[in-house]
Amino acid sequence: MLEASDLAIPGRLFDASLRIAAGELVCLVGPNGSGKTSLLHALAGIGRPSGRVALDGVDPRQLGPARRPRYLTYLPATRDVPWPLIARDLIALGGGEANLPTLELGGLLDRRMDSLSTGERSRVLIARALAPRPKLLLLDEPTANLDPLWQIRLMELVREEISAGDRAALIAIHDLDAATRYADRILVMDRGRITAEGLHGPHVAAIFGIERANGAWRPVRPSADPRSSR
Amino acid sequence: MSGRNSIMLWLALAAALIASLLLPLQPLLDVDRGLAKAVLIELRLPRTLLALVYGAMLGASGAAIQALFANPLASPDLTGTTSGAALGAVVTAYLFGFAAPLALSIGSVVGALGALALLLALAGPKAETATLLLSGLAISALAGALTTLALALAPSPFAFYDAYDWLMGSLIDRSLDQAAFAAIPAVLTITMLMRLSPALDRLALGEEVAQSLGDNIVRLRLMVVCLSVLGVGACVAICGAIGFVGLIAPIFARRLTNGHPGRAILGAALIGALLLNLADLVVRLAPLGRTLPIGVVTALLGAPFFLWQVAHMRWRLSA
Repeated sequence: MLEASDLAIPGRLFDASLRIAAGELVCLVGPNGSGKTSLLHALAGIGRPSGRVALDGVDPRQLGPARRPRYLTYLPATRDVPWPLIARDLIALGGGEANLPTLELGGLLDRRMDSLSTGERSRVLIARALAPRPKLLLLDEPTANLDPLWQIRLMELVREEISAGDRAALIAIHDLDAATRYADRILVMDRGRITAEGLHGPHVAAIFGIERANGAWRPVRPSADPRSSR
Repeated sequence: MSGRNSIMLWLALAAALIASLLLPLQPLLDVDRGLAKAVLIELRLPRTLLALVYGAMLGASGAAIQALFANPLASPDLTGTTSGAALGAVVTAYLFGFAAPLALSIGSVVGALGALALLLALAGPKAETATLLLSGLAISALAGALTTLALALAPSPFAFYDAYDWLMGSLIDRSLDQAAFAAIPAVLTITMLMRLSPALDRLALGEEVAQSLGDNIVRLRLMVVCLSVLGVGACVAICGAIGFVGLIAPIFARRLTNGHPGRAILGAALIGALLLNLADLVVRLAPLGRTLPIGVVTALLGAPFFLWQVAHMRWRLSA
């Protein structure tokens, strides 16, 4: 469904190519500064990315505000909203309608964004990205600021959303356990490139500097830290 | 803007325009019909028209600039645009004399562009309130000092008197031709700014999201800046620098649009026109025996409002 090749943003993203099939939920993991957000930007047409993107044969970056939200929407990692809009209006500005019962926004919809808690604000912003029902959801850290129950609900909601119809999601996420649990595929990024698919012990240790021990993630012992020897 | 608010605003503006044409009534009731006609057509009509377009221009460009900077305290005067335009006009007048409206308006547009370019260089496109205001203050102070310097060095001893209009603004004794000279660019640029309303509303979702929705932010920024500078520059060339209207009008207008910054452009234009007409009525009807500069009236009314707004932001931040 999505075919992207040679995506590049000078200094941040180098020749990234990927394909995502309809119905797939793909998680993007990698250390800070590895290029996850840059890849999402390149797909969403933020900045001046080079490379080719085809979403069901259409380059969504060529589309204007009237049509683009039907093809893709992007949720940035920041939860700041520069103007104190009313939640319902904010969702409408994103090109969708505020009727997502699954996010339980009922009581929040008529409130101003600056009167909401960070987590509530997150849910409204997520609703903004989901509401136009795009073919491709690009979400940057969607579970940040959400309580544990909402983290689970959100990932299950995204799953459910993309299982109906010709849709897919690409989610940048730091929580490796959540990625393992919910993703159909995991893409690992390091220093501006997609370096691997799937989480494999030695590779994770090499890139993140952590390893699984007794059911929890721990730092790789300093003497064996592969990052210090790079 | 809801239908009812919109109708109220149009009615209030119409009332202000009629009042502005008819008040004070005495000269119009003069036995000499020709004189009364001359007062109405030659004096009051251009003055009212200028108050209408200049106020609307300040309101619309204020709303657009606030939407662009995502900052309710940005405006053509606080960001140094109007003082830059005034400097440009005075320097041009110094070189070519005051009787060359085309040169004057080119001079003031260049001055305004220079001020705005300097602001973007100093504060950056997504300036914090403090950076924006400090940079604007520095630019205004510099432009003001240079304007005074140009006047001090002027060969004619009357230069200061002539230039007084450009420093505090004046709508008095302008011809219909001069009014048209300000009105045509103002109406064109306001219309074009209003066409940017939807994109400026989407900018309220943040720059990245607006881009992901398909807006060209670089082009949008350039359009808002150029249109504001052109429209405000043309008005400053005819009437001089008038402060605070561009700051206040959008703040009221956003209350009528549920906080939508782009949609507020039309309302801000109407409110700006209303405010400047009311200020001019104060100038005309104040029983002082002499004429107040209109910029003094808008500053006296606007400065307390500005302080209240700053205090309001502080309370909200600390709450």
